[in-house]
This record gives sequence, C-alpha cells and structure tokens, in this order.
Amino acid sequence: MVLTNTEPASSSPAKVGAQPLLSIRQVAKSFGRTPVLRDISLLVGEGEFLTVLGESGSGKTTLLRIIAGFETADSGEIWMEGQRLDALPPYRRRVNTVFQHYALFPHLTVEENVGYGLKVAKLPKEQSMSRVEQALAMVKMTAYAEFKPGKISGGQQQRVALARALVNRPRLLLLDEPLSALDANLRRQMQVELKSLQREVGISFVFVTHDQEEAMVMSDRIALLRRGELEQVASPREIYSHPATAYVAQFIGHTNLLRAEVSGGMARCKSLSWPVTLPDGAALFSLRPENLRVAAGKTDSDRIGLRGKVIRQAFHGATELLQIECSDGLLLSMRTASGQNFQGNVLLEFSPEDAIPVRKSQETEKGL
Amino acid sequence: MFSRAYRAAITLPPLLWVVVFLLIPYALLFCFSFWAVSPAQSIVHSWTLDNYRELLRVNVYLQTLFRSMWIAARVMIFSLLLGYPLAYYLSFHAGSRKDLFYQLVVIPLWVSYLVRAYAWKSILGSDGVLNTLLQYVHLTQHPLDFLLYSPFAVVLTLTHIYTPFAFLPIYASLEHIPRPLVEASHDLGAPPFQTFWRVIFPLSIPGVAAGATFAFVLSLGDFLAPLLLGGPSGIMISNIVVSLFGAAYNWPLGAAISFCMMVLVVALLFMSERLEKKWSFR
Repeated sequence: MVLTNTEPASSSPAKVGAQPLLSIRQVAKSFGRTPVLRDISLLVGEGEFLTVLGESGSGKTTLLRIIAGFETADSGEIWMEGQRLDALPPYRRRVNTVFQHYALFPHLTVEENVGYGLKVAKLPKEQSMSRVEQALAMVKMTAYAEFKPGKISGGQQQRVALARALVNRPRLLLLDEPLSALDANLRRQMQVELKSLQREVGISFVFVTHDQEEAMVMSDRIALLRRGELEQVASPREIYSHPATAYVAQFIGHTNLLRAEVSGGMARCKSLSWPVTLPDGAALFSLRPENLRVAAGKTDSDRIGLRGKVIRQAFHGATELLQIECSDGLLLSMRTASGQNFQGNVLLEFSPEDAIPVRKSQETEKGL
Repeated sequence: MFSRAYRAAITLPPLLWVVVFLLIPYALLFCFSFWAVSPAQSIVHSWTLDNYRELLRVNVYLQTLFRSMWIAARVMIFSLLLGYPLAYYLSFHAGSRKDLFYQLVVIPLWVSYLVRAYAWKSILGSDGVLNTLLQYVHLTQHPLDFLLYSPFAVVLTLTHIYTPFAFLPIYASLEHIPRPLVEASHDLGAPPFQTFWRVIFPLSIPGVAAGATFAFVLSLGDFLAPLLLGGPSGIMISNIVVSLFGAAYNWPLGAAISFCMMVLVVALLFMSERLEKKWSFR
C-alpha cells in the first residue's frame, strides 16, 4: 500500500490548495526489468518547497528527471497548470533544473551562462541584460560576471547554476542534490540562503536530497521515497512526530522501535506495558529517544516507568545519547541534555501518547 | 624520488630515438637544401641559396605545391563533412550499436593503403565498375574519362582513406562532452538544433581542429594516391620530391622543397594546437 498526502490539511497551511501547481499521477518507471518508481502520486503546491527525500537508489532523481523531461515515465501522467506536462519536450516546459554538478557551460562566462535561457528565448537585449544583472545580484555573483565557470569555486558555481535557472522565471524549479558537492559549513549556509531565496521569489521548489537533516530544515513538506514508493508525504514536524512507517521513523532522526502485542487496550513489549486505543494483535511503536526521561523519584500515574542500566553514552554537543539496557534485555536509546552524568541503574519514564504506532515497512533491514 | 640511473634508463632510449631518427635526418635535410649538384652529378658541399631560388623561379614547383594544398584542403573539408555527422550520430544517437559502428569505421584502417587505392582504380577506370554501370543504364554513351587520372580521383581516394582520421578525434571530443550540459541546454529552452550550435559544436572544436589537421597534413604529404590515380593533372608535391631524390638525382632541390613543406606543416600544427587549447576547458 502506498501512502500519499495523508496528513490532515491543517498541518500544511495553504500549500496544496484547491489548485496545486504540479500534479503527478500514478507515475511508474522501470529501467529494463528493474522497477525504479511504482505508482507515484504527488501534488506540489503553488510556492511550496517540497523535498523528495530518499536513500540512493530510491528513485528520487529519476522522479525529478521525469518532471524535467529527461526521462519518460512508463505510465502515469504529470500535469501542470491544466496542461499535460509529460507530453512536452524538456525545452518547452516551464520548469528549470539546478543540476547536481551544476552543468554550467564551460565555454561561456558566468554572465553568458545566466543569460543562456533568455538568449534562446530571443528576449530583447536590454531586457535580458537587466534580468541577468538582477539574477547575478540576487546570488551575489555580479563581480564574477566575466569569469568562466572553471575559474570560480564550487559554492560560486552553485549560485550561478541557481541564477541561470531562476532568471527564466520558471513556474517550478527542480533541484537535484545541489548542495551535496559542498562542504558542511557552506552547505548549511546555502540551505538557509536557498530557503530564503525561495520565499523571496515565491517559485515552487522540488528539492531532491538524501540528507534528512537538510530536508527537515528547508522543506514545507517532505515526500519520503523508498525503493520507488512513497512512504509518507508530510510536513517536517508531522513526519518527525507522527512517522507513518517503521522505515520513516528510523530514517528521520533516531528512534526506538518497540515490537508489541496489543490485547484489551494494553500494549506489551517485554516487561513494558502501556495503554493504547488499538485493536488486538501485533503492533509496532516508535518512541523517540528524547521522549524518554529520567524519572524524579516516583513515576507519575499517567507515565510509564521502567528500570535500566546505562551501558553507553555518546556526546552530540547540545545533547547526549544514552544506551539503556533494561533488566529484561530491552535496549533503548535516550536523549538528554548535555552535562548530566548518568551511570549505573536509572529509573526512566515516558508518556504512552509518545509511543507512536507505525506500520511495518516491507522487508526493512534489522528485521522490522 | 627516483635514482639517477633509473631516470637515465627511462629517458635515454626515447631521447636516442629522437636524436638518431629525427633530429639528425632533419639537420642533414636542412644542410642538403643549401648544397649543390655538380655537372658530374655529385653533391658539392658548398653553401648556396640556389635551391630556394630555383624553387621560386620554376613555376611548376609552386604550382604543384598550391595544387597539393588545394587537394589537401578539399580532402579536409570532405573528411570533416563525412566524419562529423558520423561521429555525432555515434556519440549521441547510436545507443547500443555504438561499438559496432565504431568498429566498422576503424576496420578499414587495417586494410592496406595500396589495396584501397587500387580498389578506387578499378572502380573509376574507363572499364571500371562505375563507368560500366553508367553505360549499362544508358546514362552515358562513352566512359567518363575525368573519373580516373585526375585531381578528382585523388581527392575522392584520399577522402576515403583519411575520413577515419578526421572521425576519431571528433568522436573522442564529442564523447567527452558531459551529457548534463546537453540536458541543461534543453532545460533552459534550447531545442536540439540550438543546443547543437551553442553547446555541442563549440565544445567539439578541439576534435574538429585535430581531425582537420590530420586530414590536411596527411593528404598534403601523400604521394601514392596521385601516383596511382592522379595522372599528369593530379601530380602532387611529394611526387616531385620523390622524383628529385630518385631519377633526377637532385637531392639538394628535393631537400629544399621538403624543408619548405615541413615549415608549412609545423606552422599548421602550431595553429591547430592553439585552437585546441583555446577551446579546451577544465
């Protein structure tokens, strides 16, 4: 079963309204006998920053290439503004792409690269010149107008690629892991710049990445792709706090997956048990490490208490991740603020509502 | 990093080769071009510019040189006109048949030059395949005699022989164009034809320059095709050099002509190199 756009309307304010900009309908694609995308349906709202997140080989780049027109879907349709987009060749789509390795034309200057689309569109010279100037100013590359791409740094090439795409005022901008070639510091800086630029120009972005942190920081919504299928489409907060499947829960942030048996309104996992409103049977729960707390003395009646031993402690800067082994052998991670020293046996607690029931993912590693 | 003996061992053989088989012969050639032939048909080692004066004075030398350049230029143009589309098709549109086509282009290079030149002789001759066919279908009454023993035959044969030499560097440079550049061009609204002129062709200029140089320089120095198929009107400069070194026994004049050609070719190679550098990136 494929889950798409299941979140309540309230969690993505006015992004996908009555009139979505782009509508991907049941798109499927195989390379030879290998299916890469299966039955993908996805809406992109006007002015939305949508991130397609997935591991390498999940099909995210293929999906982007189908939207851009570099690949053809085996089945399904793509619509943009009441028009079949997938029937048009790439040079007729009002969609522009920022390529993973920028793909700047090496024989043209920065200025000529940015002006390429306008020149091809035969825009009057003065008009195109002022737009190129504006675009270069927007990405702070005016000083490098006369440089060839080979003479500027990766981060600068990145900006030029962005200006070259945006100068054409596309309805939709596709970005294929555009930050992956930059080092960590520059990447974080560009994430912020890219997001504020997107707000400024108000163009819909479809951003492809394998970096869940990047996806969380930048997106209005995240579409998590796994083995060619959409696992969940939701806002970063929603996808983090209410992961739909075990895979989502593990891929986005750390989590404890609890395999439990439900019977008579109580879930049981080893010696733990807590109240749930689920029918009887096997169930899987995600409990985030930060939702486990050290209990101060006695556990509140609405919380679930457990005893365990700290077996490992990993420092993460602002927080630390503790490995707790319970007496019945259950291993849990717990996140605490840094600086607290826990050793030996501890008494922990969590709220039953923080144990989020998740669907089992198909053939997940770690046997879930 | 490496021992002195090791460095000597790897640099000496090529150095010796260049000195013995290149520098010394060229130096000798250069010297010969300033020597003279005595009436008794022996070479006199007295320094003179007579050979170069002779070269400029006797019309047939310069005329033949210009004809050779004109033939070489035509071969170059036809080789590019044939080689480029072929290379473009192979690189961008042949898909899985790429390797097969590539082999088909390269295989003729394994066939002896002489065999290919003779093949054209039997095609173009007055009793040849082409004339027989033309008369058979009554397009012509008599054999067309301009087909063989003419500059036409030389250009045709040399084009056939040297097109792979133009094709190979063009193909290599097209293969080196990152495909995302082509996609980026389409993405920015350029249809295939504009993408070709604005992106693909400019980036293939180094290959075109190298291919053009191969076709021109190899044709310019050719003497077998004009000998076999050129007839009197298709004589090229190398035929004159051959006869000066052979039957005429005028090595000094032959050396002077050779040396002029060498200067011409080196100048061309230099220009081609400049062009290739200018259009090479990263």
